[in-house]
Amino acid sequence: MIAKENIKKIIVNKPLKLDCGKTICDYPLAYETYGKLNEKKDNAILTFHALTGDQFVSGTNPITNKPGWWSHLVGPSKAIDTNKFFVICANVIGGCMGSFGPSNINSKTNKVYGTNFPVITINDMVNAQYNLLEFFKIEKLYSVLGGSMGGMQVLQFVANFPDKTKTAIPIACAASHSAQNIAFNELGRQSIMADSNWKEGNYSNLNLSPDKGLAVARMAAHITYLSKKGLQEKFGRNLQEKDDLNFSFDADFQIESYLRYQGSIFVDRFDANSYLYITRAMDYFDLIKQFKGNLSKAFEKTKTKFFIISFTSDWLYPTSENKEIVIALNSAGANVGFIEITSDKGHDSFLLNVPEFLKTVNNFLESNYK
Amino acid sequence: MKKEFQIISELIKNNTRVLDVGCGDGTLMKFLKDEKNVDTRGLEISKNNVQSCISKGLSIIEGNAEKDLHQFPDLAFDYVVLSQTLQAFYNPEKVIDDLLRVANNAIVTIPNFGYWKVRVHLFLKGTMPITEALPNEWHNTPNIHMCSIKDFFNFCLKKKIELYQSIALNGEKKSKINKRNINIKNFSSELGIFLIKK
Repeated sequence: MIAKENIKKIIVNKPLKLDCGKTICDYPLAYETYGKLNEKKDNAILTFHALTGDQFVSGTNPITNKPGWWSHLVGPSKAIDTNKFFVICANVIGGCMGSFGPSNINSKTNKVYGTNFPVITINDMVNAQYNLLEFFKIEKLYSVLGGSMGGMQVLQFVANFPDKTKTAIPIACAASHSAQNIAFNELGRQSIMADSNWKEGNYSNLNLSPDKGLAVARMAAHITYLSKKGLQEKFGRNLQEKDDLNFSFDADFQIESYLRYQGSIFVDRFDANSYLYITRAMDYFDLIKQFKGNLSKAFEKTKTKFFIISFTSDWLYPTSENKEIVIALNSAGANVGFIEITSDKGHDSFLLNVPEFLKTVNNFLESNYK
Repeated sequence: MKKEFQIISELIKNNTRVLDVGCGDGTLMKFLKDEKNVDTRGLEISKNNVQSCISKGLSIIEGNAEKDLHQFPDLAFDYVVLSQTLQAFYNPEKVIDDLLRVANNAIVTIPNFGYWKVRVHLFLKGTMPITEALPNEWHNTPNIHMCSIKDFFNFCLKKKIELYQSIALNGEKKSKINKRNINIKNFSSELGIFLIKK
């Protein structure tokens, strides 16, 4: 394990004007890379992580010692073959894995930012990460890809930089965050804020941690990442290490125990304020509104070749919302492909070993790379 | 590549935009892309075929022509191809309208139910015809709106759709269809290939 201070980062000294109106400068952007950038610099793939992800896509995450969140997809001889491609991933700003976020110390006050951190958007995240292209002196990426919030960043990236990537793979995402998704995010935020340790976001300065609130937020969100069928098949009404009901509020059922476990391990690796900021960024994401009600305008100038992937059992970012992106791209005359992968694993499918999904990503990246 | 695809590709000019509806494994699209510098898009319902197209580097959208043609804007393409699929739609008339909305030219091929072997099968055996072009039995066939090339020919005349090219195919033998020979061609051809315009 290494200390968070030792993870790779660049200090971005180019000022970034955020959507909220504030400007940030000299901020850290933590990143990780896999594979080698070739001489022509045409084999780089920028990966965007989702809400609770980080830059450690592959191999072992040096902070948590767990496998990277896409370690089954990205690596030597994997679907995204790092013997061939140079994979870059950065921690989003607002995050808590080394990039500029609410757990950083404000040099003016010497205190942790907390809720004094500026509200950030998906657009801000993408603009911050764009600096990595300059850092690696990459004129044009081979691909940008990501799922869920990572997919939103893919869409925003191409809208902002229509000529900076040859291909793009938005996965299980939407061009505009739905009311249902905002509702779930608000549930998570209220759960954190209801924790008496949250202290208006000032918990770090008081050596407190709103673990219970953050754990409940994670539990609620986790349900939305799965499907009813998947839950039923995995847990059913099975009891947790007991033969009969306890007639109490212990975790009688396996599903309860599972969710409690998911909540408890999450608080060890994630900052509650980051959770507030990043969910807010997702809620504010509305590429349709950014382009005055016409999503195809977002892709008008692009020559990027798109491939969009959705999953049958994903009810958080359903196929219909992914297809809206396909329609907009077609309307703009852009080059787009689409597939709906059959999986009963819900929204989480994009993070799991779903062979058809891995094959699709591999086929698309390999066949378009010349 | 099969003769049908050769004829279709001869009808398509170089450097154009083509949508192949029900493009299968992408054989025709790949040929058009490589040999005629055509900008191709495919719409395909089978996931296996979608994967084959992705492996070929083709732009492929998983979908169904009846539900998913609406996503393409008006006249987005120079040509739209529909190979031997018209008879499988619930509403072929609406599909034809949609094809002629998304492209200036539609190339539609029809397995001919008026072909003499089909007629003989029905006449002698009294059961639904099974031929090379129509290999399924009545209960498992996807083809719910079978027609003869004469039916399609008359349909276009009635709907005032311009029959720009009408080609009959019997084995490897290709010939022109016109008003005078339609009855003969309807008897002797396995397949009709039509380039139609609005």
